[in-house]
Amino acid sequence: MMRAAILALALIASPAFAVQPDEVLPDPALEARAREISRNLRCPVCQGENIDDSSAPISRDLRLVVRERLVAGDSDAAVVDYIVERYGEFVLFTPRSNGSGLILWLAGPAMLLAGLGIAYATTRKRATAPEAEALTEADRARLAELLKE
Amino acid sequence: MIVELGHFALILAFAVALLQSVLPMWGAQRRDGRLMAVAEPAAVAQFLLVGFAFVALTYAFVVSDFSLRLVVLNSHTDKPMLYKFAGVWGNHEGSLLLWMLALSGFGACAAWFGGNLPATLKARVLSVQGLIGVAFLAFMLLTSNPFLRLETPPMNGEDLNPLLQDPGLAFHPPFLYLGYVGLSMSFSFAVAALIEGRIDAAWGRWVRPWTLAAWIFLTIGIMLGSWWAYYELGWGGFWFWDPVENASFMPWLFATALLHSAIVVEKRESLKAWTILLAILAFGFSLIGTFIVRSGVITSVHAFANDPERGVFILMILGVFMGGSLALFALRAGALEAKGVFAMVSRESALVANNVLLAVAALVVFVGTIWPLVAELVWARKLSVGEPFFNAAFTPFMVLLALILPVGAIMPWKRADLGRSFRPLIPAAVLSVALVALIYAMQTGTSALGPVGAGLGLWVVLGAMIDLWQRGGRGPAGARLARLTRLPRADWGKVTAHSGLGITVFAVAAMTAWVTEDIRVLRVGESFALGPYEVTLAEVHDEQGPNYSTTMAEMRVTKAGAAVVTLYPEKRIYPVAAMPTTEAAIDYGLFRDLYLVIGDPQDGGGYAVRSYIKPFANWLWGGALIMAIGGLLSLSDRRFRVAAGAKRAADAVAAE
Repeated sequence: MMRAAILALALIASPAFAVQPDEVLPDPALEARAREISRNLRCPVCQGENIDDSSAPISRDLRLVVRERLVAGDSDAAVVDYIVERYGEFVLFTPRSNGSGLILWLAGPAMLLAGLGIAYATTRKRATAPEAEALTEADRARLAELLKE
Repeated sequence: MIVELGHFALILAFAVALLQSVLPMWGAQRRDGRLMAVAEPAAVAQFLLVGFAFVALTYAFVVSDFSLRLVVLNSHTDKPMLYKFAGVWGNHEGSLLLWMLALSGFGACAAWFGGNLPATLKARVLSVQGLIGVAFLAFMLLTSNPFLRLETPPMNGEDLNPLLQDPGLAFHPPFLYLGYVGLSMSFSFAVAALIEGRIDAAWGRWVRPWTLAAWIFLTIGIMLGSWWAYYELGWGGFWFWDPVENASFMPWLFATALLHSAIVVEKRESLKAWTILLAILAFGFSLIGTFIVRSGVITSVHAFANDPERGVFILMILGVFMGGSLALFALRAGALEAKGVFAMVSRESALVANNVLLAVAALVVFVGTIWPLVAELVWARKLSVGEPFFNAAFTPFMVLLALILPVGAIMPWKRADLGRSFRPLIPAAVLSVALVALIYAMQTGTSALGPVGAGLGLWVVLGAMIDLWQRGGRGPAGARLARLTRLPRADWGKVTAHSGLGITVFAVAAMTAWVTEDIRVLRVGESFALGPYEVTLAEVHDEQGPNYSTTMAEMRVTKAGAAVVTLYPEKRIYPVAAMPTTEAAIDYGLFRDLYLVIGDPQDGGGYAVRSYIKPFANWLWGGALIMAIGGLLSLSDRRFRVAAGAKRAADAVAAE
């Protein structure tokens, strides 16, 4: 309920859209890094938007913080750490691969291996199985009936 | 009065659906023709009743009947007629009625066009379809009734969410729902076959057209949604890996896998149990999608009403149908003996690889979508999973799929020789690798996305062309072409759909990798360079729309002094909903879209302006559309009709 209220406020209070011209850094290389980092950061009050696309005031603050840290000479990872330290893991779109996060990252490769393993095992069985009879008696009768017409 | 009749029709439809689900199933068990005969008229009656309820609700919206709660919440007298009409399904209750209409429509179609099905199978299919109808009609009547009246009707309504006031609303949801719900037919066929305990080539042939139809609708629906997001949301993104987008994408991936494995059942009588499982999962995931959209457990830009009571109800439907069908599967799958034998390298095994990749990709999307929920429940970690994760975790599967597709598609059934199958594809492989190298050398950055996407796209398209050419057999080109014109439509469908996929892969990579973006403050009269273009902000003025006020800019685009186009991006405010929207102005082109957005007036004068050059944007929607056309070609194949015709002739003879 609280979140919905904040969201409603955020929407009404800020007809502004996403990255504003006055935020853009003069150095294109730094700006490109800032954009890359922003795409991975979630607007804390919106429904699943990154801070780059979001129009909420807090997203603007976060975008400015990202650029401030970059100008101060932080590495990309340090900037992300700085924000996550203050706003929690929730704002990060790619969960950390530590602890339980490892399950998420390994789920894909693990399922692929399992799938291929099962497929391999069954295919081997199929490859060596004797060919069963193709048609039953009922099928034959129906086939003859269809062919006659 | 009409509204009450609609309400009543909905209750009647529920009663009819109950009959439809119980009597034919019982009849099929006892081989009682009279009980089984209930299925067809019941399916048609259910469709007509739900159709009437839908018309009644549409009427209430069109005449703005503000004694109806739903109309008050989602409409307004000033709203243009198109959105009064489309607004019927721009909300939870109405969209559920549309879903129900599609569900009963598919049931009625099975009754009308299922003439060649064995009587017991048909009775059971319609019975399962009826049971799904019972569940959703109960859901609607108990938790989400669209026909609730208000005691004191207000003077006017609260208007529809402005983001939804777009022609996209008229087309995107109906297509998507026809796709979602179409998969219920595959599900009903799977469950009916499990109950019968018999699955053969004929079953594969019956279930494939339904799956194909659902897949075509789903493909078009997703494409329309992506296009809508592209032009409406104002920053030209086309896919956000939002939970609700994932909800539509997972059934699509499973349906794609199902389409391919049903071919193996039809042609080779293998992979039966797996195909049944896929049919169950495909519909299961469209139910999961419904749950995600309507329960609000996962926050999303698309979320409808967030009501826990509804969430629990859908979870129960999901549990009953998935639990029931999977239990049935566990009991009966052993009885489904496979007949066709195939070697480790063969068309069958290539299709198995296709299935594994698609299914695992869908499961990766699923895990990513529900991960925030799991992490919060199990480890009390509040976290998010978004676009960067999905791009990293999902893309490798599609790359693998595109790599093996041309080789697998060209392999013969039963036993293949990898070297011999690959030989005709060598020119395609060489050209594709050359294209990757060329683009990599030409582009400024070091990103591999663009070159690899282009190479893969070319590989898939060329592979499809070579596959087609091979099908022409040997001999002079003229004779080959003549043979090509006589190929079954399904072969043309395959080649078309695969080419569409190649084009889509290329467009996704190109649009992501080579976009040009510019953000700046622009005063009236000023201009700036955007790639090879010169953009001038000529004028900004205010205008009144039917139910909004707008700030409209006139921006002239020139290239080397010659006028290209004049675009009018807008910023609208809908006073009733107190919500601003950006209306981007787009110049669509064959090789690029020009995408201009006007923002707020700035303190120092001038306006914030965002502009993009989106390369190959139309290729994305075009590619998806070509895939759907491929599906249509395949659906029109003679073999799906010939058996039906034979049965009808047989009936006619018997009747004489």
